[in-house]
Amino acid sequence: MALSTGKYGKYDPQSPTKDRITDIGPRHFWEFFPPIIQRNYGKWLYHEVLEPGVLVHVSETGEKVYTVRCGSPRLMSVEYVREICDIADKYCDGYVRFTTRNNIEFMVDSLEKVQALKQELESRKFYSGSYKFPVGGTGACISNVVHTQGYIHCHTPATDASSLVKAVMDELFDYFKSMVLPAKVRVAVACCLNMCGAVHCSDIALLGIHRKPPIIDHEVIDQVCELPLVIASCPLGAISPDKTPEGKRTLKIKVERCMFCGNCYTMCPALPIADKTGDGVAILVGGKLSNRVSEPKFSKVVVAYLPNNFPRYPEVVQTVKKIVEVYAQDARKHERLGDWIERIGWERFFEKTGIPFTEHLIDDYRLAYDTYRTSTQFKFTEAAWEVSRAAGGIE
Amino acid sequence: MFSPKRPQKEIKYQELRIYTDEELRNYTEEELKEFKIKHPIPDVEELEKGPWPSFVADAKREALRRRKLADDRMMIDRYVVEDLLGQLQLSFEDGETHWKHGGIVGVFGYGGGVIGRYSDVPEKFPGVAHFHTIRVNQPASKFYKTDFLRALCDLWEYRGSGLMNMHGSTGDIILLGTTTDQLEPIFYDLTHELDQDLGGSGSNLRTPSCCIGRARCEWACYDTQDMCYEITMHYQDELHRPAFPYKFKIKFDGCPIGCVASIARADISVIGTWRDAIRIDQDAVKAYIEGDILPSGGAHRGRDWGKFDIKKEVLDLCPTKCMWMEDGKLVIDNNECVRCMHCITVMPRALRPGTDTGVSILIGAKAPILEGAQLSQVIVPFMKVEPPYDNVKELIDKVWEFWMEEGKNRERVGELIQRVGLPKFLEVLGLPPAPQMVKMPRTNPYIFWKEEDVPGGFTRDINEYRAKHKR
Repeated sequence: MALSTGKYGKYDPQSPTKDRITDIGPRHFWEFFPPIIQRNYGKWLYHEVLEPGVLVHVSETGEKVYTVRCGSPRLMSVEYVREICDIADKYCDGYVRFTTRNNIEFMVDSLEKVQALKQELESRKFYSGSYKFPVGGTGACISNVVHTQGYIHCHTPATDASSLVKAVMDELFDYFKSMVLPAKVRVAVACCLNMCGAVHCSDIALLGIHRKPPIIDHEVIDQVCELPLVIASCPLGAISPDKTPEGKRTLKIKVERCMFCGNCYTMCPALPIADKTGDGVAILVGGKLSNRVSEPKFSKVVVAYLPNNFPRYPEVVQTVKKIVEVYAQDARKHERLGDWIERIGWERFFEKTGIPFTEHLIDDYRLAYDTYRTSTQFKFTEAAWEVSRAAGGIE
Repeated sequence: MFSPKRPQKEIKYQELRIYTDEELRNYTEEELKEFKIKHPIPDVEELEKGPWPSFVADAKREALRRRKLADDRMMIDRYVVEDLLGQLQLSFEDGETHWKHGGIVGVFGYGGGVIGRYSDVPEKFPGVAHFHTIRVNQPASKFYKTDFLRALCDLWEYRGSGLMNMHGSTGDIILLGTTTDQLEPIFYDLTHELDQDLGGSGSNLRTPSCCIGRARCEWACYDTQDMCYEITMHYQDELHRPAFPYKFKIKFDGCPIGCVASIARADISVIGTWRDAIRIDQDAVKAYIEGDILPSGGAHRGRDWGKFDIKKEVLDLCPTKCMWMEDGKLVIDNNECVRCMHCITVMPRALRPGTDTGVSILIGAKAPILEGAQLSQVIVPFMKVEPPYDNVKELIDKVWEFWMEEGKNRERVGELIQRVGLPKFLEVLGLPPAPQMVKMPRTNPYIFWKEEDVPGGFTRDINEYRAKHKR
């Protein structure tokens, strides 16, 4: 049977439940495994990264599977997917895989095929010169960025994602295609504090933030929103009932309590929060989720705000690049970004990167006290002397 | 070795296809170079430059394809991609998104899987006046055959924008942008022809996801794909029909490295582990020390880090210092090992996880909205898992029962545990407390003693007290 054509295809709008099939779940994974994967399932002994983007996995059966990994833009057209299929048909008997970080993996059973495949992938470029399938993203590298929808499809973003990722990866491209870092660096982008990209445990997280409180659409708010639900949605109790001069039910916002999380807008369309000058990007660093050596940990805010300078975000890109370069130079082998910072101390991180430490970086939300220094173990940097001077402790 | 819960249709693109070969090659590279979309988009076009794959250059070829397809060969607006790029340009200029808030659409009988989206400037960009997303439940660990992908592409180009995400943050294939009237026809063909269901959205079980597991990884401690598939199938109702206080995610990592980020992103994180000894090949250890095998599987080969030093790179980095060299052999005190896997990742040919494997179950991770970000916390240190995974299902059922009863609107289960306290949560699950569940015991002495904890209970007589103690 072919896929249907015509406006409604085989679906009959007059009787929507006719022949209805539901709750069948996803396709089963086994049929999508290449035969070499099926034959060696659970039998793998070890793997090796032969060169950036090329892996070999060796099985106890003696078989080897070679993987060529390449980056993708995640947001892709069916034309791009068909091109992936052409390559997979030509080299991989029609099998292909995607990784959690939006990379594409082509698997073959010999080194000769690897070379041909790699060449083909690297040779395919867009008319504008961008690679379509840059090979890399393995080992001590910056792999592909996991990210959210932004202006392409989201109603609550404080920045755009696809363009920010493109701008950052253009600049960090050499790190994607090499393995020169002390450890892997995971970069992630989320367009607002909802963080559907869950960037809170990334080595470097770029996060869209708002800085102005919501505007209240007094004219409609009572009709389009459940006011008690909106009041309850504010984690800081900043929203309370109010009346307009005409006596209509509405809300008011205690601005000094607002932390610009946007949760009220998620609950109520009559409280738009996005704003051209208010919105921008915060940078968080030092998170990880692997249990290797140290425990998983959250990323910490090191830059509270940089402007949304579309389409290339130069301020954000240069700051990220600076952090990566200082880390690459200063960290020890195997040390993740967050582990490096914990070894040298945050005061040293700010000194080495030249990122200014501002009052916005000191926590004053829940559990803030846990982040305050309660020991005399700290290093002296210029920032410390400034405090000493201000306190009259030194000249 | 594994099979679907019911027979599945074989997917043959040649039988399913909509477009002819001529239609699939309906533009040339030359035409593409000359092609201008109908809106001026200077900032968006800036993103065609640079080495990283350009989503703009890619989207424009889909725009050109649609220009050249016949009217009856696509069911939504010809200019949908051009209007999307035009709206993106306007969003850059305005510094604000141009999508309206929300929109409730879906397919009959489901409460999730489709996200409604409407432009707030439809008069300028009529092609994206409706631009709904469909989430398609990905196969476990995202392997595909091209027949399936090509068929999906034809379906999506014919009935949608032809733009998609491979994949969304939670794991689904995301089909970006179609109109309300096409939702049911798409669902009909997905289920009838591709034998494929939608994923989750809204306050329901979100599409579970897993790492590559034993398919191509030597460290996977259980069958992540099989468990992910079984749990997805078992909870189809919870996945499609929202009945929860908020979203709920389950992710399956094969080992503590955590390639699907379950510990940071899942309400229930199922993480493979072992409870016996790390397997050691002493000859291979020697080979690493002597420089015959590249450490870390060659992951650091881009830079000269000097000769491999097992003390500096392995022994000293062990978080519990439970390994040392003795007479040229590596000794591991496995009782003291916390399975961080660093030694294994550095010397993968010498060290392997044990063979008595299972999972650790951690609960409650979430992003910061609202109370702050949380990582999952240890609830069950070790559990054997075998199909059909009844022990895990029982645990999930208990968690849901409690959360659906006690959880407030938009309260994730991790926040609920914070609110009621871990002891209460353990009581609900019927699990004894253990030091593995905490980083440290409490530092304050404000313990919520229950009446039954204290001999004689809480009822006392003030007169009896006063008989001994004057006012």
